[in-house]
Amino acid sequence: YCLSGHPTLPCNILKFKSTTIMLDCGLDMTSALNFLPLPLVQSPRLCNLPGWSLKDGNAFLDKELKECSGHVFVDSVPEFCLPETELIDLSTVDVILISNYHCMMALPYITEHTGFTGTVYATEPTVQIGRLLMEELVNFIERVPKAQSAPLWKNKDIQRLLPSPLKDAVEVSTWRRCYSMQEVNSALSKIQLVGYSQKIELFGVVQVTPLSSGYALGSSNWIIQSHYEKVSYVSGSSLLTTHPQPMDQASLKNSDVLILTGLTQIPTANPDGMVGEFCSNLALTVRNGGNVLVPCYPSGVIYDLLECLYQYIDSAGLSSIPFYFISPVANSSLEFSQIFAEWLCHNKQSKVYLPEPPFPHAELIQTNKLKHYPSIHGDFSNDFRQPCVVFTGHPSLRFGDVVHFMELWGKSSLNTVIFTEPDFSYLEALAPYQPLAMKCIYCPIDTRLNFIQVSKLLKEVQPLHVVCPEQYTQPPPAQSHRMDLMIDCQPPPMSYRRAEVLALPFKRRYEKIEIMPELADSLVPMEIKPGISLATVSAVLHTKDNKHMLQPPPRPVQPASGKKRKRVSDDVPDCKVLKPLLSGSIPVEHFVQTLEKHGFSDIKVEDTAKGHIVLLQEAETLIQIEEDSTHIICDNDEMLRVRLRDLVLKFLQKF
Amino acid sequence: MDPECSRLLPALCAVLVDPRQAVADDTCLEKLLDWFRTVTEAGSSLLLLQENPCLVDLLSHVLDLKPQDVSPRVLSFSLRLAGTFAAQEDCFEYLQQGKLLLGLFGEAGPLSWAVWSVPTVRSGWIQGLKSLVQHPSGLHFLGDSGAVDALFSLQGDSSLFVASAASQLLVHVLALSMQGKAKGSPSPKGNAWPACAQKIVAHVEASLCSAAVLQVTQALNVLTTTFGRCHSPWTEVLWGQLSPLVAHLLESDPIPAAHSLVDLLLSVARSPVFASADCALWETMARMLSCLSPTQAGPLALGTLKLQHCPQALRSQAFAVLLQPLVCILRATAQAPGPPGLLDETVEGDSMTVDTLLSSKSACVGLLCQTLAHLEELQPLPQCPLPWPQTLLMEAVVIILRLCDGSAAPSSSEGRRLCGALAGCVRVQRAALGFLGMLSQGTSSWELVPQVFAILLETLESPASSPTVLKKAFQATLHWLLDTPKPPGCLGLGPHAPLFLRELFPVLQKRLCSPCWEVRDSALEFLTHLSACWGGEADFREALLASEVPKLTWQLLRDPESYVRASAVTTMGQLSSQGLQAASNSPGHSEVQQGLVGELLHILSVDSEGFPRRAVARVFTEWLRNSHADVARDTEWFVATVLQMVSQDLDWEVRAQGLELVQVFLAQTLGQPNPPCPYAVALPKVTPPSPLPEVLQTLCQMQIFDFAFRALFDCDRPVAQKACDLLLFLRDKTAPCSGLQEPGNSSDVASVEATLERWQAGEQGQPLGSLEPEVVLAALRSMDLEGLQGRLAESSDHVEKSPQSLLQDMLATVAVLEENVADCY
Repeated sequence: YCLSGHPTLPCNILKFKSTTIMLDCGLDMTSALNFLPLPLVQSPRLCNLPGWSLKDGNAFLDKELKECSGHVFVDSVPEFCLPETELIDLSTVDVILISNYHCMMALPYITEHTGFTGTVYATEPTVQIGRLLMEELVNFIERVPKAQSAPLWKNKDIQRLLPSPLKDAVEVSTWRRCYSMQEVNSALSKIQLVGYSQKIELFGVVQVTPLSSGYALGSSNWIIQSHYEKVSYVSGSSLLTTHPQPMDQASLKNSDVLILTGLTQIPTANPDGMVGEFCSNLALTVRNGGNVLVPCYPSGVIYDLLECLYQYIDSAGLSSIPFYFISPVANSSLEFSQIFAEWLCHNKQSKVYLPEPPFPHAELIQTNKLKHYPSIHGDFSNDFRQPCVVFTGHPSLRFGDVVHFMELWGKSSLNTVIFTEPDFSYLEALAPYQPLAMKCIYCPIDTRLNFIQVSKLLKEVQPLHVVCPEQYTQPPPAQSHRMDLMIDCQPPPMSYRRAEVLALPFKRRYEKIEIMPELADSLVPMEIKPGISLATVSAVLHTKDNKHMLQPPPRPVQPASGKKRKRVSDDVPDCKVLKPLLSGSIPVEHFVQTLEKHGFSDIKVEDTAKGHIVLLQEAETLIQIEEDSTHIICDNDEMLRVRLRDLVLKFLQKF
Repeated sequence: MDPECSRLLPALCAVLVDPRQAVADDTCLEKLLDWFRTVTEAGSSLLLLQENPCLVDLLSHVLDLKPQDVSPRVLSFSLRLAGTFAAQEDCFEYLQQGKLLLGLFGEAGPLSWAVWSVPTVRSGWIQGLKSLVQHPSGLHFLGDSGAVDALFSLQGDSSLFVASAASQLLVHVLALSMQGKAKGSPSPKGNAWPACAQKIVAHVEASLCSAAVLQVTQALNVLTTTFGRCHSPWTEVLWGQLSPLVAHLLESDPIPAAHSLVDLLLSVARSPVFASADCALWETMARMLSCLSPTQAGPLALGTLKLQHCPQALRSQAFAVLLQPLVCILRATAQAPGPPGLLDETVEGDSMTVDTLLSSKSACVGLLCQTLAHLEELQPLPQCPLPWPQTLLMEAVVIILRLCDGSAAPSSSEGRRLCGALAGCVRVQRAALGFLGMLSQGTSSWELVPQVFAILLETLESPASSPTVLKKAFQATLHWLLDTPKPPGCLGLGPHAPLFLRELFPVLQKRLCSPCWEVRDSALEFLTHLSACWGGEADFREALLASEVPKLTWQLLRDPESYVRASAVTTMGQLSSQGLQAASNSPGHSEVQQGLVGELLHILSVDSEGFPRRAVARVFTEWLRNSHADVARDTEWFVATVLQMVSQDLDWEVRAQGLELVQVFLAQTLGQPNPPCPYAVALPKVTPPSPLPEVLQTLCQMQIFDFAFRALFDCDRPVAQKACDLLLFLRDKTAPCSGLQEPGNSSDVASVEATLERWQAGEQGQPLGSLEPEVVLAALRSMDLEGLQGRLAESSDHVEKSPQSLLQDMLATVAVLEENVADCY
């Protein structure tokens, strides 16, 4: 069941072996781009934007919609596009598996409002950093209270009349305001922490295991397997050497189905080249006396950027330029990154034993080159020096401290805004700030798998089937000629889209059954071929909690005792004494000789299509020998039949 | 051979055959063999053997050893030594008498021993035979000993060296056996050839008909070498006899040993014997061009086009084959397929090329890289085909670069697949940029130039360009900027360049800030070349000075990477020479102007790496040579300051550059050195601005003599040589002063000479003190500078290279080994 249309912010549900597993819980925040920014400081420019009216001059929407440089924005608290809630009853979800902190932002909507009663599994860094991201989001939105709501434009008849992109916005009815901190806390309390390669049993029938995915601190892919089926869920993985533990590919082998989501959003951009671009433009701006604004999340790529800058600033002669990191969770983010040693790549892990902080931003902070603040208010305004470099959120440019800097620096062409987060279209993000004098540089850094890496991975892992979002089965619309920018594998991948249900191609062939020890003791295996033994088993199949167990059959019913009351367990139907099973074949010539030895004479053998008929003419009896049956046909001579039967049985083996 | 060597030789021979005393070092044996070769080339081998019977003993001892005691190295050495001696016919007879040669090279010799499995032995056996077969007796010996059959089987040896040597020996034997015959009749028929030659040719024929590709390859290799080396008439007969077999190979599918076949055809075509048109050969080549796969046909096409004499039709066909992949690219991307007529006959190969291009990414990349490299190689040659389809090639290269960077959007399905195969392919990008740079030399219509500049700019700008691609892009840009075609009557930089420069400098600015040092380095290198050529052009100066580039270059003088610092020094030196170091309206202009000398001196004195210091020394020399304003202000102070720093430098190249600086300075003060050749055009004599004694006084104050004397005894030979030349020049120039005045105090001269002697002995701690010109002149005259120059000209190991020292070394090594053995017990 696909609940999200965004391939890098997935939310899918897998029904597997009678369990219902939600895979990730991503929140599509691109809907926020349709809203006006929330300025921290009153912005006369934004306040004075004209209301939008229909072509016929009807201005009933002018309170809700404002116009800025030819674009129309909703003037209310930003709203986010939730995962599909109608496709499946979400209260039936047993567990939610989270693969990285970017893919859990819709968790409070699911756990708090759908009747969900299950458990959420995630690694510790994912939970901690996910909490920071949620905290930051709630903080950004709650600290600029806006009473106004805008319900009118969502009316389908009205929406049709609006200009793009509002007209084309999908699922507007599911758009919701941000959750509260209370809901966040409640949602996070349902999470159970797991470690890489830890095996978690779900109802005894399915085992789930997180594996390192190499994308972010604590990010994981998941193996979901029963005894005979294996599904791999690959979401947001990276093969590049950045700070997290490298991706575990080997464990993904032998999958029946591999669900592939979270590939790079910018397949044409090489992260190395982009980092170079980032550094060059940053240096150029600062050397010319301008300021650099980097809209970013408080965790993730920022660690790598700070590390690059640590190496670069001295060489570029930027040692005296202050770097500011402004976020309500800046301090926690920088500190958390240093304590998750076991989740880091080998290089960084080994630093911990020296002991040194694994990330060099510790040194940047110590030497006062990097300073961090919870917001622009307070200490920051005292320390603020220009030119400088500011890292702050939110990358959508709709809320957070970044709005203030856009308003402050947007008018000067000396300043530069450098977009590094790939989640939002930078042109759309900039739309409400137009006209803008400051330079804009787009160098998205997305370390997730690209298509070349995917094809290598698939060759290595060789899953029987690949399942992926439909976006990955065709080239991106803007580059329809780039046949290399899609998944190419055999058999072709099965694709899904939002609100679609896909039947996975499983063949249920085997089930594991355990045998009770006392029953096993009673078995008498017979060797059929070297190395293969057979034994007949008579037992009762007992199934509980999806585990199957063979128990010894109840003893034959005792001769009626004096007690008339039956016990409940005696309800089991009585078993008859079992006849042995026969196997083997009867060599006709040999059989005839044996018959003759036992005094039968006048024996005739006829060949039939299926075997032979042995005629005992004297006794008016015939024995039909076929591949899988033998019949003795004689008239009313039970003695003779039994004698003949015993002779036949001598040639067969019994179990 | 000198007596000392003769004395040492018996001991060495004894050591070599002693199984208990292993020769540790192979190179000694090689050196020994080289020495014997020079000795035998200079005189009679027979005499040598007679005077040194130990040598024959060595050879017979090797044969007498038990198989398990034979060292493969010594055996291989002995085989080659015996061959060297037997190269002279009288010596061959002498060795034959003792059956030594048969023992060494015959079937009962090492051929049948266990050590034959060691490749060194087999290689020694072949090389020994090759030295031996220099005369008819040797040839007979070879025929009788059954060695030819052994050579046939060695052609397929597991060791490539052995297999190749066997083939070459066969060619050598064939050529030698035909040598005598060819003199009589011009080209006897094959069946009248000597038995040995007939045997080899029959073997080659049989191999050519073999079904095993390896055998065919061996036969083709032998023939390729034969036609490459032997240009006698008999080779024509040989080709006449074998060409049907070779042509027959073309009928198989796939063609066996295609690469070797291409080599053979080219080798035959290059042979002067076939200079007169051989229609059959050209036909075979034409057939081959049409039936080989595009990847295999490429080298044949290139080779054909490089031939001096070749029918025009074949040349056209070859060129069409070479262009085919590019034409396919143009067609697949719906570009115009080039001038009509040129490619009419290529439709046949078209589908095959397209198949190769589309079959896989690696095939596509391989074919394109090969094609581009071939065309790049062809363009500057005199044989370059005409008309050269400049427009087609430029369009093809531009579209290839666009496919690589993903900016091309072809509509056909082939085009899309090409796009997928080439997107982000650095190898093709590099090859295409290399070729694009070369294309700048062709005469292209100037309407196409903007397209080229556009793709170059995009490549330079793109964040996806890797450092190696950027380097190539910078080189190509430089080519196009400097060679850019201009419309007739256009002056200056042409119509495109100023526009391009305005867009180029922001890109250059960004690249100078790149975190990748290779990129910063290539950008600086580019800037240096560009400003060297265009520093005087107003458009260029304006665009450069309006940008941040000079300021950024200045900042790179402090770059953490030494290569970048060195390049920045060179660039700043260049910019400063042309008055381009900073924008005139920038606030820190005057400091910049004044501070550059100081900054460079700072680098020269404190930089921990050699490259930036060398660069500074070179820049200073250039500045002095071109009378840079900062230097001309006080030249003497400048030279003295630089010398003071340079003389202490640990890097010999910096010291040598210091001497170069002195040389320039002296040429400016004392005049040019006298031309070494009496016929050279005499330069007008520079009259020293001041009288010679005063100049000498100044030189002494500047401590130039101190510096030159110190350098004369430098432990690095190039520095000492340069110093010696410099002092000789000084002595010549000061000759008129010689009678001027005798040194006032002869003890001063003695003290200076004593100090110099100590310096020569390596004790350079003591200073020379303040020198008077007279003392210096006396010291100069008393020194044997010519003798010193001669000694320095000899290579530093001339003492160690003597045969005597070699023999002593080898014996000493064994002695040490013996001691070690004794220690163990």
